[in-house]
Amino acid sequence: MVRTSPRADLPEPPYRSPVRLSVNGRPHELDLDNRTTLLDALREHLGLIGAKKGCDHGQCGSCTVLLDGRRVKSCLAFAVAADGADLVSVEGLAEDGHLHPLQSCFVQHDAFQCGYCTSGQLCSALGMLDELRQGWPSVVTPDLAAGPDGLTEPEIRERMSGNICRCAAYPHIVSAIREAAAAEGVR
Amino acid sequence: MRSFRYERSTDPGRAVALVAGEPDAAYLGGGTNLVDLMKLGVARPGLLVDVTRLPLDSVETLPDGGLRIGATVRNSDLAAHPTVRRDFPVLARALLAGASGQLRNMATVGGNLLQRTRCYYFQDVSRPCNKREPGAGCSALEGQNRDLAILGWSPQCVATHPSDMAVALVALDAVVEVLEPAGARDIPLAEFHRLPGERPDQETTLAPGGLVTAVRIPALPFGRRSTYRKARDRASFAFAAGSVAAAIDLDGGLVRDVRLGWGAVAHRPWRPRLAEAALRGQPATEETFRLAAEEELAAARPLTQNAFKIPLIRNLTVRTLVELVEDSAGPGGEAGPTGGTAGVDR
Repeated sequence: MVRTSPRADLPEPPYRSPVRLSVNGRPHELDLDNRTTLLDALREHLGLIGAKKGCDHGQCGSCTVLLDGRRVKSCLAFAVAADGADLVSVEGLAEDGHLHPLQSCFVQHDAFQCGYCTSGQLCSALGMLDELRQGWPSVVTPDLAAGPDGLTEPEIRERMSGNICRCAAYPHIVSAIREAAAAEGVR
Repeated sequence: MRSFRYERSTDPGRAVALVAGEPDAAYLGGGTNLVDLMKLGVARPGLLVDVTRLPLDSVETLPDGGLRIGATVRNSDLAAHPTVRRDFPVLARALLAGASGQLRNMATVGGNLLQRTRCYYFQDVSRPCNKREPGAGCSALEGQNRDLAILGWSPQCVATHPSDMAVALVALDAVVEVLEPAGARDIPLAEFHRLPGERPDQETTLAPGGLVTAVRIPALPFGRRSTYRKARDRASFAFAAGSVAAAIDLDGGLVRDVRLGWGAVAHRPWRPRLAEAALRGQPATEETFRLAAEEELAAARPLTQNAFKIPLIRNLTVRTLVELVEDSAGPGGEAGPTGGTAGVDR
């Protein structure tokens, strides 16, 4: 590694920034290297290792979290750019020791094998169901203006394509999501 | 990754001054491409100016029926916008055909236009690439070039522009509003991205330090009869092997007017104007559509691995136009389903 000695006549460039994040309802004040991704902030600085580093290039979805209510890939976001944001990771889904209904459906439907992608699948599915509630179409929605006509298997598969499961538990992931959605009236 | 300073601006003029003031400064939008390129060592900015909190996040309907889309509007919000879905389905479908749900929630309109090619060699700093390092040579010309250009390339660079959204926008005659150090101006989208020529490192006609502030779409009454068809190696979350944006206006059995865009064929979203000219006033038949596509594709020069793109684009164009014509003949003339992949007729 090449290191250049700092010039005495220049102030140290501010390569770090204060970052305020609310994570699963708890406020945090961090001081982070600007290069820290949201994923590394969670895993390395807050000890929340539920969000996984799979590819670290935005392709696998195992790092998916909810940022201000929307599903995003936390490996492609710098934490400093999310300053002030409200984050939900898989650790924030269960309440008072009870699994979130979607988590229970994943267990009941055997919707995972190794489990590495599961936290991302869960957060992605929650964000996806919220998008559906808002009437967002997908590329397989026949009538764009009318919006999605029910939570069909093609709709789930298309909308969940940003989350890869190398154990290929897809059929069970689809059925788990369908049951969770039906239970809360999203069809 | 190189260390960088971070600034956040809520004023476009201030953001431009910051980026124009340093040769190695860059704008940070959704980060879905730039952060990846920084991890790969392809992009090494010393200063990032975060533009996501600029007041450029609205979609306005213009008095003439056109649209003005702020540069920081997220791809998912634009695709879900009721006016876009109703009046410009080609744009909503192109957006929804791109990336994944998570990435569309992050990616901005301005960043989508300015994203870089996914050519393997551009993204691999251990391989020569004229786009990364002018004069280094092009590894793709004789290498893995299946996904790359068939039109408008040069011996210096055979990369393609990866955007789906921009293919719809070029068909819709969109105009890019930019703020440069010298002031604000409009650049037609068809002139925004350059062909590689001798300088593949210069990808757009945006001045150094320039910021995309909005994209304007003029009114197009037959925009409601438009769609986007994308062929790719898997059904979702993959870049295009080829794609077609199309809008058609029929006068009985004749083509009164037509707009086309082709994706994944060139260094910029391709506007097949020869094909459009060949269609105007002609019968709206499969035969006419095929001949028009072939007229445009006469200039195509395939690379060692991508000759398949010529029949692919021809067939996609024919199928897309046939579908629009059939839908307009159907009940209510509503646009019908178009999602998913399209096969290649042989």
